[in-house]
Amino acid sequence: MKVMPSPDPSVFERSDGAALDAVETEPAPPLTFQVKALSMWYGGKQAIENVSLDVVSKAVTAIIGPSGCGKSTFLRCLNRMHELVPRTRMEGTVLLDGEDLYLTNVNPAIVRRRVGMVFQKSNPFPTMSIGENVIVGLRLNGVRDKKFLNERLEKSLRMAALWDEVKDDLHKPGTSLSGGQQQRLCIARALAVEPEVILMDEPCSALDPIATAKIEELIHELRSQYTIVIVTHNMQQAGRVSDFTAFFYMGRLIEFGTTTKIFTNPTEKQTEDYITGRFG
Amino acid sequence: MKMKFQTANQHTWRTIKNVLASAATFLSAVLVIAPLGLVFFHLLANGLSSVNWDFFTHLPKPVGEAGGGMANAIVGSLILLGLGSMIGIPVGVLGGVYLAEYGTARANSVLRFVADVLNGVPSITWGVVVYGLVVLRFKSFSAYAGGLALGLIMIPLILRTTEEVVLLVPNGYREASLALGVARWKTIVHIVMKTASKGIITGILLALARIAGETAPLLFTAFGNRFWDHNLAQPIAALPLQIFTYAISPYDDWHRQAWAGALVLVIGIFCVNVVVRILTRGRKISVA
Amino acid sequence: MNVAAEMSIQAGAAAAQMKSPSRVGDKAFEWLTLGMAVAVIVLVFLIGWELARGSSLAIQKFGFRFLIASKWDPVTEEFGALPFVYGTLVSSLIALLIAVPLSIATAVYLTELAPLWIRQPIVSLIEMLAAIPSVILGLWGIFVMIPWLRDYLFPFLKHLLGWTPFFTGPIYGPCMLAGGIIVAIMILPIITSVSREILRSVPNLQREAAYALGATRWEVTRIAVLSYARKGLFGAVTLGLGRALGETMAVTMVIGNTPQIAASLFKPGYTLASVIANEFTEATTDIYLQSLFEIGLVLFGVTILVNLLAQLLLKTMVTTSTTRAVQ
Repeated sequence: MKVMPSPDPSVFERSDGAALDAVETEPAPPLTFQVKALSMWYGGKQAIENVSLDVVSKAVTAIIGPSGCGKSTFLRCLNRMHELVPRTRMEGTVLLDGEDLYLTNVNPAIVRRRVGMVFQKSNPFPTMSIGENVIVGLRLNGVRDKKFLNERLEKSLRMAALWDEVKDDLHKPGTSLSGGQQQRLCIARALAVEPEVILMDEPCSALDPIATAKIEELIHELRSQYTIVIVTHNMQQAGRVSDFTAFFYMGRLIEFGTTTKIFTNPTEKQTEDYITGRFG
Repeated sequence: MKMKFQTANQHTWRTIKNVLASAATFLSAVLVIAPLGLVFFHLLANGLSSVNWDFFTHLPKPVGEAGGGMANAIVGSLILLGLGSMIGIPVGVLGGVYLAEYGTARANSVLRFVADVLNGVPSITWGVVVYGLVVLRFKSFSAYAGGLALGLIMIPLILRTTEEVVLLVPNGYREASLALGVARWKTIVHIVMKTASKGIITGILLALARIAGETAPLLFTAFGNRFWDHNLAQPIAALPLQIFTYAISPYDDWHRQAWAGALVLVIGIFCVNVVVRILTRGRKISVA
Repeated sequence: MNVAAEMSIQAGAAAAQMKSPSRVGDKAFEWLTLGMAVAVIVLVFLIGWELARGSSLAIQKFGFRFLIASKWDPVTEEFGALPFVYGTLVSSLIALLIAVPLSIATAVYLTELAPLWIRQPIVSLIEMLAAIPSVILGLWGIFVMIPWLRDYLFPFLKHLLGWTPFFTGPIYGPCMLAGGIIVAIMILPIITSVSREILRSVPNLQREAAYALGATRWEVTRIAVLSYARKGLFGAVTLGLGRALGETMAVTMVIGNTPQIAASLFKPGYTLASVIANEFTEATTDIYLQSLFEIGLVLFGVTILVNLLAQLLLKTMVTTSTTRAVQ
């Protein structure tokens, strides 16, 4: 059995700096995100404290933790969406493919094209049809070429495993789909602008198990082409879909490692307590 | 301690008071609505017979001659509404968008306050102001002046209704659009305002229905006109103005026409209100 | 998987097609909408400034005497605004005396006592009444209301209350009382709907507590609801007053338009708004026109103050806009 490629040993650093033993079998894999000493405040209240984390490219990284631990906040720092809330303050660095996302001359809109997002509650735009919803990101960003738009429409819907279900109904309103289909529509919409990364903020929490399974299957298919970071409060889901898992608690990164290790042999007691359900 | 309940008499008295209160308040409600019924009844009784084809197509006849109509007044009112809209709609809608999308809490409460106070200014005041600014300067009553006065009245009305419906757009749509890398202003225009479009249009229709019946601000801006005049820099007829002029005149025939004009105006306004009601059916927005 | 491979080959194609977003558009739009929003503040100052400018001569000439001088004679160029201040106040007062009890009672009926099925129809009817333009109510006032008042109500009042100074003298028809009544009709809808909003905003907890103590419906209303809502109701009444002060067309058509100060309500009167409406286009001399401008300024100042007071009272109680109630 092939050993999973291990990330850079520095990835296993805990917030207090002690390094763990790392398995050195292969050269460090490419990293999409490098987060260094990230801290974030909402007004006066600190939401994230000194988090350092590397996200491996073309793999699925899950972020787990109890409610209010800062996982959604952290996710939004990766595409500068936290800036939509007034009076937030941030310290630290976030590098995307080696480039600092937070330099003053970086346009957040460009960041968000490269880093797509899918939300907890699916939100296809109510005034648009299914087809219009998928390509709205391209249209509103100035793409006019009809042929290109149609191609991307089909490709995005195929990638989201939705094409066969809706191909004859593209003119119907986006809201006429079921909950699970709407979420896949939102995924198609995010894929259409060709991001490198897809961030998912508890994408299945409002869905039934069958729809959830479809989304998880989709994640499995997408990971060979996209870097995926998924926040989930469902541990079993994290175990099913992800390659790496980060456990957050009270705004701190408690432990980060391969999913196998986190779930079978966690280093931190807190991690183990959470995994085994002693608190949640 | 022994609890003493009421005597039977006390209880009966309380029940009687309860019934009386219900009756009295019901009666009040009837009295409040009664004028509506009476006005409608008389509008129909006095006006219906004079509403004919001539009314819609003919100009007013000189004093003393029977017949004639209010064609120019009806068209004039429509023109004035159009001119007013050109000012009232852009300023009102965009201003409302600012309050809903950009404004800070403090700035917004000030602006809302001012807009609400402005809504309470008597409409004749606007007429006086526009007279001073436009009519005196250009030495002529004009459709432009009348349209301006009406448009200024529309601004705070539309601003408030637009703000309210835009605020109702769920934040999830803004986030989803911004997450696609769409610029903020495009998000607001193409996603937020489009989602709120029905509500925005409703607000505009209500404002139009309101100013369609305004007379006072037109008295010395549009001034009124007995003839057709295609020059908008000249006085223009308007339906409420015509009704007023005819109503206070001593001529019976003009009185009849005033009733007819009133009936047409009220029906027009009510049609707009019915349309609004249809548009807002099933939504939370209520028009008090 | 095939599709995924194709997608990766085309990676960058979308990026190439998309226009680079400029931040200029965002800033420009923000400034544009800000400008439009600030317009309301500009407008208030514009009105005040224009009215003051247009009445500067009159202000210089008359000063404060303008407000207390009781003679308005364009021929001799004596312009005193007291008759109009008096007329506005009296007609508005009469309107409030009639409208406030009816409106609040109706609001109570609609929120507390009426069966549910009847509420929306009545509310709709009241909205329709609100939509009737002032000039049409005035038309009805001249040809329907005044004859009826003159033939029935006024003689009755004279018979009953003729011993008071308010109901003496000959009955013409158009008079102060008629003006007050028609303004009452005009402000009924707004006081009713704002009061209704106020009463609805009283938390149910208050009502439930009273019910739990065994109160009847009316007692719940009186004890738990009305006292809680007192401030807001006062605000509703103030809003109605603001509307009454500025009422123009309907009043002009039924009040008689005679600048005099008389105790009897059967005598014709004149209001600030009416004199502007009637005489503005006939003002031949500068001082005449400027005096009318000054009346406009007085009217503006008074209504602004009253509306400010109303908004302050209402701010604390109602969260939704009272603008729609005003329409």
